[in-house]
Amino acid sequence: MAIINLKKKEVQAKIVYYGPGRGGKTTNLEYIYKKFRSRIQTEMVTIKTHGDRTLFFDFLPIEIGRIKGYDIRIQLYTVPGQVKYESTRRLVLRGVDGIVFVADSLAVRRKENVLSLKSLADNLSSYKKSISEIPLVFQYNKRDLLDEGIPLLPVEWLEKDLNSKLQAPSFEASALKGPNVVQTMKKIIIMTIDSLRKDLT
Amino acid sequence: MDKQYINDADGQRTYIFTPAMLSQIEAVLAEDLLDVGVHSVTLIDMAGNIISTMDNGENKHDLYSLAALAAGNFGAVSTMAGLIGEEEFSLLFHKGKKENIHFSKVTDEFLLITIFGKEVSLGFLRLKVAEATEKLIGFLKPGS
Repeated sequence: MAIINLKKKEVQAKIVYYGPGRGGKTTNLEYIYKKFRSRIQTEMVTIKTHGDRTLFFDFLPIEIGRIKGYDIRIQLYTVPGQVKYESTRRLVLRGVDGIVFVADSLAVRRKENVLSLKSLADNLSSYKKSISEIPLVFQYNKRDLLDEGIPLLPVEWLEKDLNSKLQAPSFEASALKGPNVVQTMKKIIIMTIDSLRKDLT
Repeated sequence: MDKQYINDADGQRTYIFTPAMLSQIEAVLAEDLLDVGVHSVTLIDMAGNIISTMDNGENKHDLYSLAALAAGNFGAVSTMAGLIGEEEFSLLFHKGKKENIHFSKVTDEFLLITIFGKEVSLGFLRLKVAEATEKLIGFLKPGS
């Protein structure tokens, strides 16, 4: 649920990083926070368990400059990935304007990716939103592990499992090392703002 | 500006607030709450976005983080209410040594966060929040 403030000429939109547990959602936000530290005026908010897993969400507000005379303020969130936190994930999705689905490239995580995408579709439909209509970008994370000989899912398999019907833009990335993390974020911001463009007069 | 401030397109609701709308909201926040001594008052949506915020000039809180956490907190407590058979808990209050926070639902989509100190009693604050909420509902209802 984006907010357009015609008095301050400001747009606020909410982008949520979704995906299976330990897939790299928080690592994406941590990388963005480090990379754009000078543009981010606040601390990154995290609500974690003692075991360093996301309990509720991570939150990072970022100002990306002006489009059509409006200051664009993007609120980046992650959801907790662990299966047991389904109700929490649904809460974080409230009012979402755009989604990055962070898929885990590890071969052993194939099923978890599919189940997480299904839970995303179900949770969106509880807010009367459709996964095929909302701005969505896939990120196939941990591609750097290929160099270390760790078995990864081929990108073609990930595309077939997750993106064959949705046909959303996708990026091979390493949230830990950085490749395509910023590109993923830029793509989802462009798509999200584009979906609001008709309201910016 | 003759633009409708609430727009339901493509199943995605975008809230568009005109300067006139925001001035009305700010007037209510200032007159009903700031003028009685609260430190800051912020109207947010349940997604955690800020609609309008006013303060007494002495507070430098990180309001964007506060809004995100308040929306999450309110959502979590509403889910808890459901688990024990309550429809909702429409207000929340956290007491600190110097500052207190009061959250009150305005409509299903909007939440009012008030930060206040010892100078204002909780009872009086609740009364003023209720008055302000009534006025805000008039502005925020879809189609109003």
